[in-house]
Order: sequence, then C-alpha cells, then structure tokens
Amino acid sequence: MPIIQIDGQEHEVDTGQNILQACLSLGLDLPYFCWHPSMGSVGACRQCAVVQYQHAEDEHGRIVMACMTPVTEGALFSLTGDKAQRFREGIVEALMLNHPHDCPVCAEGGECHLQDMTVMVGHRDRKYRGKKNTHHNQYLGPLIHHEMNRCITCYRCTRYYNDYAGGTDLAAMAAHDHIYFGRHEEGVLESEFAGNLVEVCPTGVFTDKPLVHEYTRKWDLQSAPSICTSCAVGCNTSPGERYGKLKRIHNRFNADVNGYFLCDRGRFGANFVNSVNNLNYPGSRTEDGRFNALDQQQALLKMAEACDTNNIAGIGSPRASVEANYLLRTLVGADNFAPGFSDVEQPLVELALTIQQSSSAMIADIKNIESADAILILGEDVTNTAPRIALALRQSVRNKAYELAADLGLESWQDSAIRTLAQNQRSPLFIATVGDSRLDDVAEERFNLAPDDIARLGFAVAANIAGEANLGSDDELQQKAKNIAKALKNAKRPLIISGTSCGNSALMESAAQVTQALCNADKQPLPLLSMIVAEANSLGQAMLISDNAVSLSDLTARACAGALETLVVLENDLYRRGKEKDINELLENITNVIVIDGLDNRTLSASSLALPAANFAESEGTLVSMEGRAQRHYPVYLPNAQRRASWHWLLACLKQMGRDEVTEIECFDDITQACATQNSSLSGITTAAPNHQFRNIGVKIPRQTHRYSGRTAMRADISVHEPKQPVDKETPLAFSMEGLNRSQPGSLLPFVWAPGWNSNQSLHKFQSEVGGQLKLKGGTAGTRLLQATDNSNNIALFESPAAFKALKGQWQMVPRHKIYGSDELSVHSPAIAKLVRPAFVEINASDAKKLGVNDGDGVDLNDNKGDKLTTLEVSINDSIATGCVGYSVGFIATENLLAGESLVLSKAENWSPSESQQAVSSGVSDV
Amino acid sequence: MNVSIPTLLSDTEITEIDAEVAHLPTPAAAAIDALKIVQEHRGWVSDGSIKAIAKHLNMSAAELDGIATFYSMIFRKPVGNKVILLCDSISCWIKDCDGLQKKITQQLGIKAGETTADNEYTLIPVTCLGACDKAPVLMVGDDLHENIDEKYLQALFSNRPVEDE
Ligand code: SF4
Ligand code: SF4
Ligand code: FES
Repeated sequence: MPIIQIDGQEHEVDTGQNILQACLSLGLDLPYFCWHPSMGSVGACRQCAVVQYQHAEDEHGRIVMACMTPVTEGALFSLTGDKAQRFREGIVEALMLNHPHDCPVCAEGGECHLQDMTVMVGHRDRKYRGKKNTHHNQYLGPLIHHEMNRCITCYRCTRYYNDYAGGTDLAAMAAHDHIYFGRHEEGVLESEFAGNLVEVCPTGVFTDKPLVHEYTRKWDLQSAPSICTSCAVGCNTSPGERYGKLKRIHNRFNADVNGYFLCDRGRFGANFVNSVNNLNYPGSRTEDGRFNALDQQQALLKMAEACDTNNIAGIGSPRASVEANYLLRTLVGADNFAPGFSDVEQPLVELALTIQQSSSAMIADIKNIESADAILILGEDVTNTAPRIALALRQSVRNKAYELAADLGLESWQDSAIRTLAQNQRSPLFIATVGDSRLDDVAEERFNLAPDDIARLGFAVAANIAGEANLGSDDELQQKAKNIAKALKNAKRPLIISGTSCGNSALMESAAQVTQALCNADKQPLPLLSMIVAEANSLGQAMLISDNAVSLSDLTARACAGALETLVVLENDLYRRGKEKDINELLENITNVIVIDGLDNRTLSASSLALPAANFAESEGTLVSMEGRAQRHYPVYLPNAQRRASWHWLLACLKQMGRDEVTEIECFDDITQACATQNSSLSGITTAAPNHQFRNIGVKIPRQTHRYSGRTAMRADISVHEPKQPVDKETPLAFSMEGLNRSQPGSLLPFVWAPGWNSNQSLHKFQSEVGGQLKLKGGTAGTRLLQATDNSNNIALFESPAAFKALKGQWQMVPRHKIYGSDELSVHSPAIAKLVRPAFVEINASDAKKLGVNDGDGVDLNDNKGDKLTTLEVSINDSIATGCVGYSVGFIATENLLAGESLVLSKAENWSPSESQQAVSSGVSDV
Repeated sequence: MNVSIPTLLSDTEITEIDAEVAHLPTPAAAAIDALKIVQEHRGWVSDGSIKAIAKHLNMSAAELDGIATFYSMIFRKPVGNKVILLCDSISCWIKDCDGLQKKITQQLGIKAGETTADNEYTLIPVTCLGACDKAPVLMVGDDLHENIDEKYLQALFSNRPVEDE
C-alpha cells in the first residue's frame, strides 16, 4: 500500500484510490461536490483542490483536483496550504454568484452539502451585488420537486440519472451561466430510481416533493434503522418522523444490499403508514354487522376466548415479521398454520428456498451482482419485481468497460474516460421474459417466450454448458442456447437470475440447472445465483414452514368440512391470495375470524374481531430478504392510537391463555431467540442485530438529532408541560436526543450526521475503506442465512417441460409486475397512487386480431366454465409471446386471476375505460 | 409571430440526415448535422423538430435538446429570414461594436434577441466571427461584412424604412 504525505504527515493509503477518497478515508475534511463514491470522478466542480509538490524541495507546488489525482508512492500534498484554501474558497464564492440566498425556504436547508462546504471553505461575505440568473422550474411528477435556481452545475444529477441509472429524459441543457438541468419538456421523470436525485444533488434543486408539502427539517426528524417492506430486496432505510407522521424515507447505507440507492417505490411508497384508512382501534362485529370499538384489554380477552379451541387455524403473512409469524404458528400449531401465500405461489417460494439452500453457487448479494460479467435472466422483469437489483445490473454490464479500462491502466473511478473508452460495449446480459422488460436497452439479446419455453431455453443452456445434447429442443432454441452458454462459460463471474414472478416452477428449475452446470465446471470464484421472491419476508416464511407446510386451500377444505371454528389472519389481505369465491368460502365457514392488520382491506372488513397492527415504522421485526439476509427494523416512533405490533398482540394473547410456550418470553428478543432455537434454518436471526441490552459505550443510541427542537412547543396546544420521553425497553435505541450515534454496529444506525457534515455526505464518517470496498465501520447490517454449500453430489436434477402450446381458444395468463401498482401497500401512498396506470391485459397484435380487439378496448376474461372473472383494458404490446396474455398482477381488478391459468377471452361489449380506473387501489382516496 | 411548422421531418431532410448517418458509427453521432440540416430548411429548430430528429436518430429528446441548446448557432426559437450576428468580442469592442448595435437598433427597431416586425431580421450578438483583423464585423445571413462603420450600416439596411421606436 502506497504511503503519501499530506501536510507533512505520512499516511498509508489504499492502492487505486484517488486523493479525495484517500483523504476522506483518513477522516480529513476535504470539500467536494461532483465526486460520488458510486459514480467516480469527473473533475467538474473544482472544489476538491489540493496542492501537490513535485519533490521535497518544491516550495510552490501546483493546484490539482484531488478527485482526479491517483495516489502514488511518496506523493506530497497539502490540504491546508494557503493556495489550496484560497482556491477552494474562490470556487464557492463563484458558485454563490448565482445561488439564491433562500436557505430558510429551501427543503435542503439543514442537510445541505452546499451549506456545509460553504462553511468548510470559510467563505462568508458575498461581494457580488449584481443580478442573479433565474430559471423556470419544471413539473417533474409527483415525486420530485424542481428548483433550478439553486444549481451549482456539479453534473451529479445527469451523471446519476443517465449514466448510472440508465434514464434518458433528464439532460444538461445550454451552457456556461445559463446551464439548465431538466427535461426536454415538463413531465413525470421516467426512471424508477429518480428519487435518488434528492440525495445525489448536493443542493436543493431536486427535493422530495411529498416532504416539501409537509415539511420538517432533518434536525427535527426522529429516525430509526429500518428496512423497506415494498419488495424482497430488503433495502436499508432511514425513515424520518415528526408529529406521529412519517415524513420521508432516506437511504441507509448497506454495502451488500442497497449501497447508496433506493427505488422510488421504496422511497415514496412507505407513506401508506400515514393513510386515513389506517385501523387505529380494535373492534368487534355486532349482530347487525357493524363494528364496535373495543379497548385493548377487552379485545385481548375476546381473542383469547376465541382461540381457546382445537378447531383453530392461522394464516401468516410474507409481509409480516418472522417474530409475528412465529407466534401465530405457536398459537395455532404447525399443523394449522398456512404461511399466507396463494396456492400457486407457495410451492414456488418453497422451491426458491430449496434451490438456494442446495445450490453450490454463491447466493448473490448486490456487490456480487455488480461484479458479474455475464448474466442470464430467466423470467423476471427485474425493474418491476426487485427494482434495486435492476439498478445493480446496470452496473454489472459495465464490467466490460472496466476490463477495457484496466487494460489501459485506467483507475476505475476515471468515470468519463472509461465511458468514452467503452462507448456501447457491455458485458453480456441475456433476458428471457414473457414480454419487454425495462432492462432491454442494455441487453445483448432478449427472448420473449412463454414461461415454459423460457424454461426450455434454460435447460438447453444448461445442457450446452454440461456438453450434453438437449434432445427435444429445436434447432433455433439450440442456437440461442449455445450463444448464451458460451458467454456464461467464458465469463469470470456468471450470474443467473430467476424467480417466482411468472408463477412457473420449470423456469426456476432451469435456472438451478444452469447454475449447477456452471458450478460443475469448477469455476472460481463461484458462479452467482439470485432468486427473486415477492415480499419483504417471503423467504423467511418459507424457512418457517420448512418442516410442515399447510396451504390456503387445505384450510378452505377444513373450513368447508366444518372443522374450523376460529381463524387468525395476520397482516394479510386474503383476497389478494386467491379467487374471490374461494376466499369467501373460507371466511364464511368460520365463526371467529380474527384479523390483525394495520390498513383497511377486504379481509379486515370480513372479520369478526379486528386488531390494529402497528406498521413497520411503529414496530420492531426481523425480515428475511430474497438473498436470505435476516434484517431488523425498529420502531421510528411509538404506534399511534391503540395500534400494537402484531407480535405484541399475539404474545399478549398467548400469555392471557396461560400457554406454556411463552412462559419464558418477556420481550421481543425472547421471541426471536425462541424462533431461532426451534427452527434451524432461522437459527441465525438472533444475530441480525444486537439485542435490547446492547449499549453503545454505555449509552443508548438516540433516534433524535441533538438539535431536535420544540419538544415542548409542538404539543403546546395540548399542554405546556413537556412529558417524559417514552422509554424503549425493547431496543438499544432511545426516543431521545441523548446517547451516542457513533461507532455502533451497522444495524443500529438511525441517521447520519457528523460535525461539519449535516448532509447525507456525512456517511463517509461512518465508513471505512476495506479492500477497496466501502463498508460501515460497525460492520454490514444483517445476517446471511444462506451459504454456498458444496452439494454438487446430491443436487436434484430437473427436467425440461414440453414446448408451450396454447390450448385451443384459450390464453395463458402471465403476470406483468408493475413497480407502481403490483405491491399491496405502496399504492396507498398518495404520490405512488398517482403513478399507477389502470389495470390492463397485454397481448400481441396478431393475437389481438384473432380476438378482434384494439388498444383501449375491453376484454372479458372467463374461466373455461364460462364464468366471467373480470374485464380489463387491452393494451397491444408486440413483445408478448404468442398465446400468452400479460396482466397487471396485484391490482384490485386482477385479484381474481391466477398466474399460469388458461382463460377464454372475448371482447367486452359496451366497455368504457373509466371502469378500469377502479383498478387502482383505494389508496388514491386519501390524497 | 407564430409560424406553424410541421413536426415530421420532410423527405429531403431525412435523405440529407441519412447521408450523414451513413458515414458515422452510430446515428446519434449525426445529431449536430441533423440539427443544422433542419435549421437550414426551417430557419430554426422547434420542440417538435427536436422530438422528430431524436426519434429518427434513436436518441432521447432530452439528450438531443442538450446538444441543441448547447450550441448558440442552433436556434431554438423562431428567427427572421436573416440573422444578424454582431461580434462583440474584444477587437470589435475596441472598435465600438456597442455603438453599432445602437445604430442597428435605431435603424431596424430591434434590440439583441429581437426580430423585426416583417420577420426579415433577427439581431444576435456573438463572441467572435474569426475576423478580428477587420473589426468591427458582422454577418447578415451567410455574408460577412468587415470594417463596418455607420455609413456602411446605413447602406446595408438602406432599403428599409427607419422604424419608429
Ligand atoms: S441540479 Fe444539483 S446535481 Fe444537478 S448539477 Fe445542479 S447542483 Fe448538481
Ligand atoms: S428495491 Fe425493493 S426493498 Fe429496495 S427500495 Fe425498492 S421496493 Fe424497497
Ligand atoms: S470533487 Fe473533485 S472536481 Fe469536483
């Protein structure tokens, strides 16, 4: 490792870094704007100037940009030299010429990198008294607010949006002092990752629009370490609360899960926790069908009474915590516990788990994914099913560019040089999906096939890698497979991605087969495998039921046989899990339907006893992400009204009943411990985060910043006496500003702040550079429950399905996932609801012709008994495989459809598109 | 003045653009040429033209607009039949281009950035026309005029009535 000298001090630094990285890693304060750890350097802002000396006798030195200067053995620099300091101050002064003096009304104020840098360089007095440039601000959609006058032309936004995230509708317009960053014309930003602009832009140009409308300064926000619950990726987040309301979600750095970025569903979708449709009080249904509010104790007694029977069953939820599911399973018994998946999904999630548990490949985290240099996706439209992974894949295809750069001796942070060098050369990405996907623009080849044919392609690739003939597949398929196999074999780190979203097990099996074939070829490092599942705790649910899996239809059968008296449903809207008539049948045949959930839905309405569940921001819980990472989320604020964490209700009920299983359980950590002890695949969950006894150098970790203001004033309308802050007995965090938010484990970082660094850029004070990989000093949050195992001998071999042939007069229903709309809860966030398009079916032009329908027509979807399931709007999409119909899965209007089923379609008479507007979930009503 | 301009590219424009594309590695590389071609035919480049050209070159409208707005000789607003480019760079400034600009304003009734009511002239100051040795200079349409003085200006626009301000 090279040794460099900074201001006379010798420092050992990492090879391959630039001076700016080196300085920040050493804990030195060097101002910068345009450099970003994920995006490298372009030297655009000139803020990171330092003096470099040629040799010890050189007294003058010259100004260089630290971010563009590689570390070299023996190099001499000065940060504090007068020349460098004056230069840096001059840069800020120049930026300030046109920057408005509007910090008090700017949403960035108080966490603004420009404010921090201005103070850091010591620029105080504005000499310029002339006019400032003013710009027109654009409407950029419901998520992002635009205030162009504040721009300092660092170019981070376009570099992030276009170069990093693959967007095409944001650009730098014009030049010199009238440069403008915006769209060609006003309109919704198209990228699913636009929200990161809020954190990437060092000023207040791009800000969080929902936050702007209900504003709170960063220093007044209360935060806790949290996990996004909008998909299975499990991105780490830092939600901020004030007045009992969630104000915003910021990224929480986790090198292995989400790095610096979130998707917009995650960032803006969490606002469902503020919904007016929240259930706040327990209630029981009276004879006349109305709900009576109950207090907690009454509700609990009722619940305990109803549960005191052998004819009981429970339905858990892949969106509820491991702990809550575990307690429900304890309450009803493993034989009576269904995990809460649909009948189609349950075996698929179990398959995803077995494949990953038995695979000899490495189960990929995001860092692995970004290191892949050849990728095969089987069935997933990743941008819509596991959004953050898609952003990572956009980086993987750049490995070709980094290879070319390495050949020329270019450092990987030389961003614009490497992009210019590589132009459109990319590492190969092959996408086999039912229709177009949002990553098609960076794919080497895409194949739009029916799910079974995707599987056949996969099996043919596997056979090809293994050097076997794959009989039964046609020549065309063989040729395609050969190309893919070659690319995967030649790659240093091939990656196979598949998942449950198509509702097809064969294609998942084919992915397992391809991966195994690659593993058998003795590749080092290990080939990578990633299996996408749908929800925040889908995989955890599969682990929980690995010894005994009961399905939804099993329970329905029991209910119809009159064998069920009480059913407890945990955080699950069953109408999303099966056909309406089946769910009705289940619920109508049970006397006591107890539902624990937070947001009103049809299942709650059908309950006889409803218990208000705290949401993710109000409770603690462990979730197992798609890569098998157990992660803990913590309450950001205490639950409003009578809401309680689901585990809390269940534990109280078990205690009330005097059940033995819980005599030892006194707190949340005890549940985690009990679950880990009893379930070997979940044994690692206790280490996902420290337990409630953990203290950070003797004290708790504060949720509030030490400038948190107005604790008395904010409730002065009620009383001028400030109440005692609530005591948190369950976690190492405090509802207070006292404590130490520094040097704690990575899983306990509520927000980032460091002296002089009020913006999110302060993160680097919490990071250490380990082997060229930025990590949190306190270690990466979460525990991986899946490890690569050398199982090559007992791996199951799967068989290729027959070629897809549509049944005569019928179409195969294939789910089309939408980042906005397919997820149950995020559509209740008003900003996201505005982006949900009406429910649809997609069909190619020739199939549409057969049906006699055009774009915008309605079609009736009927089962083969002739019963109409739903009517949907037609959208012609020529990429959809023939014989297949894509449908917007997860929308209210499509709840009655099952993935993979074959249906009869006919043109709907007297269809008016307005009907389809109802497709959007009720979330829109709470704008 | 609102001239309505068709947004679709004409056949001639397409042929000319494609001729440029033919000897470049990617269509997008012909962006500047395509903008010049369309401007040649239409006098300026409208939002609609940006979209049409972008589509033809397989790039996004934002990306093309970034290029179009970067170059000051691509006009993103309507201009008159002839554009007067008046140099205000150092040599011409020494030789009192400011005075000339006032004169033009007097004679034609337009300030910098404006177009005459009959849509004949638009006045745009530029930094350097590459003829410093003959300062002050200006261009009218494609013609360069050197060593301008008041008399010359008078003659240059003599066919026009002096407009009231
Ligand atoms: S808008 Fe923000 S990120 Fe973009 S150039 Fe301006 S200051 Fe930088
Ligand atoms: S990728 Fe998934 S987990 Fe990550 S922010 Fe988006 S919705 Fe949340
Ligand atoms: S950070 Fe180095 S020039 Fe911008």
